[in-house]
Amino acid sequence: MSINTEATPYCEDVIKKFTIAAIFWGVVGFLAGDFIAWQLAFPVLNLDLEWTSFGRLRPVHTSAVIFAFGGNVLLATSLYIVQRTSRAALFGGEAFGSFIFWTFNSFIVLAALSYVLGFSQGQEYAEPEWILDLYLTVIWVCYLIAFAGTIMKRKEPHIYVANWFFFAMILTIAMLHLGNNIAIPVSLTKSYNVFGGVQNAMTQWWYGHNAVGFFLTAGFLGIMYYFVPKRAERPVYSYRLSIVHFWALIFLYIWAGPHHLHYTALPDWAQTLGMTFSVMLWMPSWGGMINGLMTLSGAWDKLRTDPVMRFLVTSVAFYGMSTFEGPMMSIKAVNSLSHYTDWGIGHVHSGALGWVAFVSFGALYFLVPKLWKRTEMYSLKLVGVHFWVATIGIVLYITAMWISGIMQGLMWRAYDSLGFLQYSFIETVEAMHPYYVIRALGGVLFVLGALVMVYNVFKTIKGDVADEAYASAASGAR
Amino acid sequence: MSVFKHHAKLETNIFFLAVGILLTVVVGGLVEVVPLFSIESTIEKVDGVRPYSPLELAGRNIYIREGCYNCHSQMIRPFKDEVERYGHYSLAAESKYDHPFQWGSKRTGPDLARVGGKYTNDWHVRHLLNPRDVVPGSIMPGYKHLLRPLEYSDIATHLKVLRLVGVPYTDAQIATAKKDVEEQALSDAASSPAVAASYPKARIGSASGNAKVTEIDALVAYLQVLGTMVDFTTVKPEAIRR
Repeated sequence: MSINTEATPYCEDVIKKFTIAAIFWGVVGFLAGDFIAWQLAFPVLNLDLEWTSFGRLRPVHTSAVIFAFGGNVLLATSLYIVQRTSRAALFGGEAFGSFIFWTFNSFIVLAALSYVLGFSQGQEYAEPEWILDLYLTVIWVCYLIAFAGTIMKRKEPHIYVANWFFFAMILTIAMLHLGNNIAIPVSLTKSYNVFGGVQNAMTQWWYGHNAVGFFLTAGFLGIMYYFVPKRAERPVYSYRLSIVHFWALIFLYIWAGPHHLHYTALPDWAQTLGMTFSVMLWMPSWGGMINGLMTLSGAWDKLRTDPVMRFLVTSVAFYGMSTFEGPMMSIKAVNSLSHYTDWGIGHVHSGALGWVAFVSFGALYFLVPKLWKRTEMYSLKLVGVHFWVATIGIVLYITAMWISGIMQGLMWRAYDSLGFLQYSFIETVEAMHPYYVIRALGGVLFVLGALVMVYNVFKTIKGDVADEAYASAASGAR
Repeated sequence: MSVFKHHAKLETNIFFLAVGILLTVVVGGLVEVVPLFSIESTIEKVDGVRPYSPLELAGRNIYIREGCYNCHSQMIRPFKDEVERYGHYSLAAESKYDHPFQWGSKRTGPDLARVGGKYTNDWHVRHLLNPRDVVPGSIMPGYKHLLRPLEYSDIATHLKVLRLVGVPYTDAQIATAKKDVEEQALSDAASSPAVAASYPKARIGSASGNAKVTEIDALVAYLQVLGTMVDFTTVKPEAIRR
């Protein structure tokens, strides 16, 4: 718990804590997701108990992967990066960092317990009840103070680009969290949102889409802007593109919420705005992708030799793919088919698994040896195994959801030759079964990959070095 | 280009950067959210939409508690197939008293916006307890725990809070909230005219057949009123044109 030993002026014990927590919650969140995926294939797994039904466990999965895994990754990386790029120790020191760590992670445990026990605001990704929302607000303000405080005592004149993204994420998430959770309590565990009906729908998706836009995109772009150049040992491709990318992205993202409400009772003007800005959002997204990928100019060979680089680059490629798919799905004609189907689930997971999780794995594999003062991970070969097992898992997942989603959408609107709806709803459910099994198998692979990472991280922290590392070091292959 | 030179001011001063970020991210939300409160045509003017009866409200809170919105939408889109499958497309007016809204975003199961009146109470009870008893291919969980007694001692407080956020419950409705739960769940329509008068189209009578009010009674009462409040035979097309 000591700060400022001479060799390392940075607070790194707290980064270690967030790193371990991120890996722990990652496995928990992936397992929860895969369990509910099997529930959809085999409903007996709901066990007919109130605590284990899909409806209560799905928020556990989404919160565990977004806020617990993603949140701890963001806290670990942002507080690591802000210290390094500011050449200043964490504002508030280890004690303040530790306070944020324990409060944030206790929030996660309380939120997960509350869903299982049946306390929920009933709004996606904003399920925690008002009392937990208040608790999170306090924690978030502490995070803001620690982050901004570190920047304020920086010894570098400029604030590094990764920190712009983290800073925008922290400020905007605060705005969204407060705006979407204005509620009047009935009791400690129940409240009613002040907004109802169509206005509530709009504030919810203003929040919901930008939880994706800022938490899962801007924050993780901050990770990209530090770890990709670091690992590639090349500067960021274009400074100007960074500036355009940053401001265009944060400006446009906020408008995209209504594409979750196409053809609903939300007024058309709002839907049209949502669609238009979603399509425009394609441009800064790909600008960011290009900035990330082109940073590898002159270092493309690392893609072949360095599995950590492979995670980072593949994540940026997935980012490019899902930021094309998203704008396409936000076009109303496409959305009329894709909305309410598994296609949306597939889209989310190509972003969540391919982009968010992969860039996180890349960052974690970079961070762990640095934090525990090892030259490299225990085994880069196992990093490679993780990469391929997880990639195959993602491919199974998203292809299964493309097929089931498009099939479902087409079956709902199919007419027979006599002009009647061709399929009853239950026939469309039954048709999904094989794809739900394939999706759940993809999930198994993704979990297995994460377990390989756990083993690798454990061995690295323990100080072991795999035989193959000696061999490759001896031959100079790395 | 000079624009990029000026950017140095933002990236060397955290206060400028913070103000720049906040101004940039606040615009979209303001433009998209604020007019929804001021443009009158946002919520259609149709008759019949009323606050939920206390029993329906308790049922709605069970719907939220169990996370039904994770698999069921309550928003019928204006497409031929959806209107034929589920009924008239949903109006904003029909969820104007919904705190929170439950439009949903996924149809693992069918849309429920107009499920009210489509099945009997008995069907709903059997379906909720074990969906595969009545729909063999269903992948919905069973909800056997809903047979337990409903907790509704503080139901009047719920109505009061909802009135604070704009749901027009009357003083009389708040005063009789607890009694209304019991009357709607346990008696029949003839012997409890008060509930029927206060909450037109409320489904009166026990769903589970229990002597006490159970959670399943409340949930079924909620499901049975969904989408039934507006009589579309009397709605003029120009009143609901999008």
